[in-house]
Amino acid sequence: MGSNMAENHPVGFRWPMKAKERGATLIHVDPRFSRTSAVADLYVPIRPGSDIAFLGGLINYVLTHDKWFKEYVLAYTNASALVRDDYVDAEDNGGLFSGYDPKSSSYDNASWAYAGPAQEAKEDASAHSGHGMEGTSPAKHGPARDETLQHPRSVFQILKRHYARYTPEMVERVCSTPPSLFLQVAEVLTRNSGRERTSAICYAVGWTQQSYGAQIIRAAGILQLLLGNIGRPGGGIMALRGHASIQGSTDVPTLFDLLPGYLPHPAAFKGDDTLERYMRESAVRGGYWSNLPKFMVSLLKAWYGDAATSENEFGYQWIPKLTGDHSHVSTSAAMADGKVKGFVVFGQNPANGSPHSGLQRRALTQLDWMVAIDLYETETAAFWYAAPEGWKPADIKTEVFLLPTAGPPEKEGTFTNTQRLLQFHDKAVDPPGDARSDLWYVYHLGRRLKDLYRGSTNPRDQGLLNLTWDYLPERPDPEWRIKDEPSDERVLMEVNGYTVAERKQVPDFEQLKADGSTACGVWIYSGVFPGPAKNMARRRSRTPDNDVEPEWGFAWPGNRRILYNRASADPAGRPWSERKKYVWWDAAAGKWTGKDIPDFPVKKAPGTPAKQRGSGIDLHSGSDPFTLKADGRGWLFAPSGLKDGPLPTHYEPLESPVLNALYERQDSPVAKRFSRKDNAISPPGDPRYPYIVTTYRVTEQYTSGVMSRWNGWLSELMPEMFAEISPELAAEKGIANLDWITVSTPRNQIECKALVTRRIRPFPHNGKLIHEVGLPYHWGYKGLVKGAMANDLIALSEEPNVYIQEDKALTCNIRKGRLR
Amino acid sequence: MIDGYKRLMNIEKPPTPKTAKGFFTDTSLCIGCKACEVACKQWNQLPADGFAMTGNSYDNTGTLGATTWRHVQFIEQAKANGQGQEQRWLMMSDVCKHCANAACLEACPTGALVRTEYGTVYVQQDICNGCGFCVPACPFGVIDRTPKHGHFEAGTAHKCTLCYDRLKDDMTPACAKSCPTASIQFGDVEELRTRARRRLGELQARGESKARLYGMPEGREAEEVGPLHAFFLLLDEPERYNLPAVPRLPRKTMAQRYGWSAAVGVGFALVGALVFGGRR
Repeated sequence: MGSNMAENHPVGFRWPMKAKERGATLIHVDPRFSRTSAVADLYVPIRPGSDIAFLGGLINYVLTHDKWFKEYVLAYTNASALVRDDYVDAEDNGGLFSGYDPKSSSYDNASWAYAGPAQEAKEDASAHSGHGMEGTSPAKHGPARDETLQHPRSVFQILKRHYARYTPEMVERVCSTPPSLFLQVAEVLTRNSGRERTSAICYAVGWTQQSYGAQIIRAAGILQLLLGNIGRPGGGIMALRGHASIQGSTDVPTLFDLLPGYLPHPAAFKGDDTLERYMRESAVRGGYWSNLPKFMVSLLKAWYGDAATSENEFGYQWIPKLTGDHSHVSTSAAMADGKVKGFVVFGQNPANGSPHSGLQRRALTQLDWMVAIDLYETETAAFWYAAPEGWKPADIKTEVFLLPTAGPPEKEGTFTNTQRLLQFHDKAVDPPGDARSDLWYVYHLGRRLKDLYRGSTNPRDQGLLNLTWDYLPERPDPEWRIKDEPSDERVLMEVNGYTVAERKQVPDFEQLKADGSTACGVWIYSGVFPGPAKNMARRRSRTPDNDVEPEWGFAWPGNRRILYNRASADPAGRPWSERKKYVWWDAAAGKWTGKDIPDFPVKKAPGTPAKQRGSGIDLHSGSDPFTLKADGRGWLFAPSGLKDGPLPTHYEPLESPVLNALYERQDSPVAKRFSRKDNAISPPGDPRYPYIVTTYRVTEQYTSGVMSRWNGWLSELMPEMFAEISPELAAEKGIANLDWITVSTPRNQIECKALVTRRIRPFPHNGKLIHEVGLPYHWGYKGLVKGAMANDLIALSEEPNVYIQEDKALTCNIRKGRLR
Repeated sequence: MIDGYKRLMNIEKPPTPKTAKGFFTDTSLCIGCKACEVACKQWNQLPADGFAMTGNSYDNTGTLGATTWRHVQFIEQAKANGQGQEQRWLMMSDVCKHCANAACLEACPTGALVRTEYGTVYVQQDICNGCGFCVPACPFGVIDRTPKHGHFEAGTAHKCTLCYDRLKDDMTPACAKSCPTASIQFGDVEELRTRARRRLGELQARGESKARLYGMPEGREAEEVGPLHAFFLLLDEPERYNLPAVPRLPRKTMAQRYGWSAAVGVGFALVGALVFGGRR
């Protein structure tokens, strides 16, 4: 669901195809009949934006048909925990949970917490970063429980009530999915889950790029926990990443609200004034995140080296503190208002690839300067003379620098794939001419800036001056023309971590200390480079008798291939079944063993009771597999950490042709709408924009086209921008295949050719048909092939937890004919 | 003496025949990614053919040709009220069939078209004079000549070489190498045929009632052009994939056609004689 894997991850899709050959059932639930649907055993249509209703329907089916995995759910999830008595569910409050403040459009989540004596100094997690928060949310670890699951305020009963109305009939009403197909999915999924069998769910940006994307993924998490499909082989929820190493980019990270390894970024508005206070607020007493101070101090030592001492808080004050939402969408809005002066853009093409690209282009005109570093002249780099707005270069005040970068074979480095697997690759050839790797640009920019600021006593310059910055290799590789290329392996060695005194690589993150004696760039990657010349990401060894292939690359954390794999054994430590044997307790040896590295303290026996005092993982028992969670359990109900509710709830997209059939509340109460004149959002059921529009990619082109539209072999395969529409809509509008059409939203309008196909089916709704317009977003105004930009139509908006725009479900209108 | 002449003229001995190599293209595994088309063009350095949308599903290549040696077809099938499981989207990567009795090879007057030691059919570019006889001879419409100002020497004939250069180095042809789902399988033809028969059995057991093999020695397709060294597993009738049910070899009907031509000639002569002869 939420993924067109065959088209967008064709290489990875070999595995589902192999699984299918071995008897697995492939189900594709999607608004479009795509190449994935074509090879799936079962294609199930769903109206864009209705995923939570569908998944909620499955949760309800599992609960009402008693298909949940009882031993697993009781032992490993928070089903038995009791929630505070002032908690009010969305079911009883028109779609809003308790704690909603309409003025600020936000929740105070205090009432969502577990019942029981308060054990944390501070319960509020709302200030935590969306991306990292799951781990760092300080929910109380020892809630009051009812192991019979009968208590009306037990998570299990709340869950049952919350999804009771998500029936197959409701699913049909909301999702336009025929009940027979929905029930087929429910039956296949439940039949294929339990002791003997497991099922996996794959998703991609079809879920995340919605105004409640994180909640859709949560709904899948609830379903998989109920079915016992987490921490077990063949189970899980797989986030298919949209680019090579986007996983790495999240881990390291390139996100504004995180430090490396999912440590929350210090923020002025959270009161992170001192290191001590930041660590106290961010660390969690229960679970593995209690170690946060070790990771944070080691990070500061990696960044600031000898200048980081216990006297100066290890340089904590040199890290700029967040002052608000500095996500991409918000920054673009600020740029359009003239509040951003300079812009360095690497490997991104906002003038085409980002939401409301017309506004993005206008924002670029407000800059004083822009540096674009890319493989080709992107739409972003060329906005000043080639944008469809027709600006005269003389009228553009922005000074634009375009710098050529190196492609993957022209540099070395790691890719982190969707399974958290790091694979190192060598450089095959020097980049041409003046082109240099991204690392080269960052390294030499840093080096030159340090030179420029040398001798400054200004406090704000000290962070830059004290940065450790020694990434040049001892000797340049004689084979290459470029002699001042930094060494990726040296960066990776710092990422792995080392002891400060002996400068010895640490074997793993267990060795990190909070006293400044260790340094580590990204704690979760620790173990990737445990000794000189021991780059584990280079490994390509097969292990014939172990299908986990532990010697191929390196998976974080600690080369564990399945997270929380303690859950693959029952509470007593025995495999749930012989067939699904993965990690188990070896009583004779007194340790956990198996095909994978146990994601659990290796000597902690299954019967170990949880300690009542102390901190960290000791507060978990020997049968609490979810080591990162404060209570060691999988969360069916999220007592903290999410800004838009403890349970996934169906809302309509910000723009929808229909009203919410389940609740009075129409759309996400906390999603950020950018209410500005140039970002109009049409109201529900707006007759001016009656059709659903959804955007996507096709195999032949790649994102905004920078890496594909300059290649003739790819461009000839998908040469022109098009809109996919059904024959029914085409007939209604008098449009023939290949006719020019104009697609409009309140933001903008674009022209493209119509591809009339039965693969696009209208959605029956309330006795009428809702039509869908499908738009790939690969074209722009540079490259061998050009065309209109689908992102011109998209609104600025933000999902509240991770700040992503909604572009999978909006509304539009179409007419026959060209723009002008 | 002949050997001496060959040595003198620097004529190489023909290579020793090897096990026949070919493709088994299993369309039930094809996801339509077109990696084969791109890998083929990249390895063989073939140019792009132009940048126009055809409007025919996701197929913008259109056809096999002088500069397109792999071509992925997209066949959309849906009932008028088609919802979900009632529709199919068939995909198939088409290629030169490397027929056992290749019509192109028979039609070639210069000897440019040869059968290689791998049992494949190959155009020797230094010999082809661009006469074009092979083009209408091919019953599959595979081989084609380059346009006048094309990428190659104008007018010469081109088609899939089964990556002859890669075979020489024991490498898998580019298309098969790049196929992520093993829809294109490369190997010894005999072994591939065994695999194909087994695969068909599996699919039929799963209820794929329309599944069939195309190009096997026992198939009707082999009646004239012989077994195909690049053969297919199809999920529908061959005509749905633009493949002839029984590909014809021009030679087989040549005598008949000469006969008809002669008869028509005689007929015209007679009519002419009657009409004009009568006036005299």
